[in-house]
Amino acid sequence: MYRIVKKKELAKNIKLIEVEAPMVAAKAAAGQFVILRIDEPGERIPLTIADFNREQGTITMIFQEVGYTTRKLGELKEGDFLADFVGPLGQPSEIEKYGRVVCVGGGVGVAPVYPIARALKEAGNEVISIIGARNRELLILEEEMRAVSDELLVATDDGSYGRKGFVTELLDEVLRRNGRVDRVWAIGPVVMMRAVAEVTRPFGIPTIVSMNPIMVDGTGMCGACRVSVGGETKFACVDGPEFDAHLVDWDLALRRLNMYREEEAQALAYHSGEGGNCRCQ
Amino acid sequence: MPVSLKKTPMPCQPPEERIRNFQEVALGYTEEQARMEAERCLQCKKAPCRQGCPVEIDIPAFINFIKQGDFESAIKKIKEKNNLPAICGRVCPQENQCEKYCTLSKKGEPVAIGRLERFVADYELARGESELPTLPPPTGFKVAVVGSGPAGLTAAADLARMGHKVTVFEALHVPGGVLMYGIPEFRLPKRIVQAEVDYIRRLGVEIRTNSVVGKMVTVDELLENGYDAVFIGTGAGLPYFMGIPGENLLGVYSANEFLTRTNLMKAYLFPQYLTPIKVGERVAVIGAGNVAMDAARTALRLGAKKSMIVYRRSAEEMPARKEEVENAREEGVEFHFLTSPVEFHGDEAGWVKRMTCIRYELGEPDASGRRRPVPVPGSEYHMEADTVVIAIGQGPNPLVLRTTPGLELTKKGTIAADEETGATSRPGVFAGGDIVTGAATVILAMGAGKKAARAIDAYLREKGRRSHG
Repeated sequence: MYRIVKKKELAKNIKLIEVEAPMVAAKAAAGQFVILRIDEPGERIPLTIADFNREQGTITMIFQEVGYTTRKLGELKEGDFLADFVGPLGQPSEIEKYGRVVCVGGGVGVAPVYPIARALKEAGNEVISIIGARNRELLILEEEMRAVSDELLVATDDGSYGRKGFVTELLDEVLRRNGRVDRVWAIGPVVMMRAVAEVTRPFGIPTIVSMNPIMVDGTGMCGACRVSVGGETKFACVDGPEFDAHLVDWDLALRRLNMYREEEAQALAYHSGEGGNCRCQ
Repeated sequence: MPVSLKKTPMPCQPPEERIRNFQEVALGYTEEQARMEAERCLQCKKAPCRQGCPVEIDIPAFINFIKQGDFESAIKKIKEKNNLPAICGRVCPQENQCEKYCTLSKKGEPVAIGRLERFVADYELARGESELPTLPPPTGFKVAVVGSGPAGLTAAADLARMGHKVTVFEALHVPGGVLMYGIPEFRLPKRIVQAEVDYIRRLGVEIRTNSVVGKMVTVDELLENGYDAVFIGTGAGLPYFMGIPGENLLGVYSANEFLTRTNLMKAYLFPQYLTPIKVGERVAVIGAGNVAMDAARTALRLGAKKSMIVYRRSAEEMPARKEEVENAREEGVEFHFLTSPVEFHGDEAGWVKRMTCIRYELGEPDASGRRRPVPVPGSEYHMEADTVVIAIGQGPNPLVLRTTPGLELTKKGTIAADEETGATSRPGVFAGGDIVTGAATVILAMGAGKKAARAIDAYLREKGRRSHG
């Protein structure tokens, strides 16, 4: 059993939990993920690591409540336990000194970008960060991102904070400014990551995205998480989750992510007696 | 009275009933049936059956106890050698092992050794907590076992019975490996697996779930942190795909995913259990091994109207056990031989709808000794399928291998290990089961675990002598 030592609501339906898992914390690195299961009838869900504390032996995750499992996770309190918690899984981000890098985070995707931006900063890069959300209330980790970035730009869809518009528009402006950008990281909804890939493609800037497909075991055993990268099938759980944004088959990624839409609504309705209006992405 | 040429039949659920539930198909012998079957054993002096048993059970001795109605002594006799009898009694391919060598099989059917093993194992489980063997005093040595499938559990149990402190590291959230995620409930009930695992825990073995060796901890870290030896039994967990167009369409599953969702995650109880699975009306399972049969039979139970085995060789070359093929046939699984898909086609939403298949004919024997399937040019045709399960085999999972420097591998990517001892190129590191042989059977993995336990014990005693001498 794995204890929740901290829980915080960061925005409407976006929650942070910190879980005690010393063996996982000892090895965790930016870019990796964990798989957890709340209880016995539960499903295994992957969540990207938002932070880790080796001394205290904890892993932090930030998630959006979209389906039954994430809602239930959001209802747990400090001191509650998770039945299962396994990690760190996947390959860590390739952190080195590239020069000038841009880190783009959209919505709850800002969470996994944070440790990457921090690690890139620590490695001596100039870090420009661009974060965005639908509106000001949904924007998370602004101060944390500012602290690890040389420059922080903010966009909201409705203009309630920062620039009105999408993170891709800010990214396009940054790339058009003077000065080379050596690498771009982007994490967020699939449509956002695809849009980022199209913005950086004409500039020929290496762009890394973190895929979040459906998984079961997370150790390369089932192949549920397959993504097509440059025409080759990869398992996001062991080969990724980070891939070259310019090579990912985005249509396939979107389709596979939505494969169990009906069942997700059904599970929600069954367990909470609600209509199960899906609010994903 | 002359010995009957036929095995005492075992009661089972009728096909039309069982394809609507996930309960066990074979129901097991009653006491009377078991004793009647035990009477058929000739108690041969030379006991040829024993040479066919990878874990060296004294078969005539345990059958003799059943004959006398002393079921407790029978199970004790089996457990001298085999720590997982309720599992072996169900899933061992006895027809290729003990029963193959039975004297009776020269004239008729062999003694139903597997059914008898199952009977006494179930007899003991039904009576609650089983008796533990006397354990020797602790040796002070610690062994880490990676993977809690048949190889790992067997090695762990034997090592514990030799007095060593054993910790098993399991990546999934329950122990059992393929016994939990792969073999379906209707063939091997999960409560039986967990009852056998509990017995192994009671021998003093510690099992740590949610522990991915290669990620959370490496083999080298285990050796640096107090473990005197490591046994790797991580199995064949990497699913092979065909590498043909359309394989990533929605509704195309690896057999591993299809079975894991159903068995380990209990998708058949969705939405009470939260892991879903999608099964259409026409399910095509590519391949004809035991895993393929499991997938095809599972598909029926999940509501498929038609479940088809699609295999590029003929009936004779099918690697599945005869009994499993027979069960699948009875349940209405269709067999399409000498054909295999070359492309999958989907609808606008990306769901698989049909396959282009090509016909095969059999040519000269290949390296496996079976006649090589040769594609017939121009024989392409369409086959409708709205769910496809790829069951063409599994390879070694690379997580442990990639993170253990100096561990020698074979061309197939499996661990190069001594067949008799499981010793690898790394001192103190042993391996056995599918991670060494490639995908094989539960009992062969158990046999390898047994041999490795013996070799690890010898290694540790030698190590002890050196450090004290």
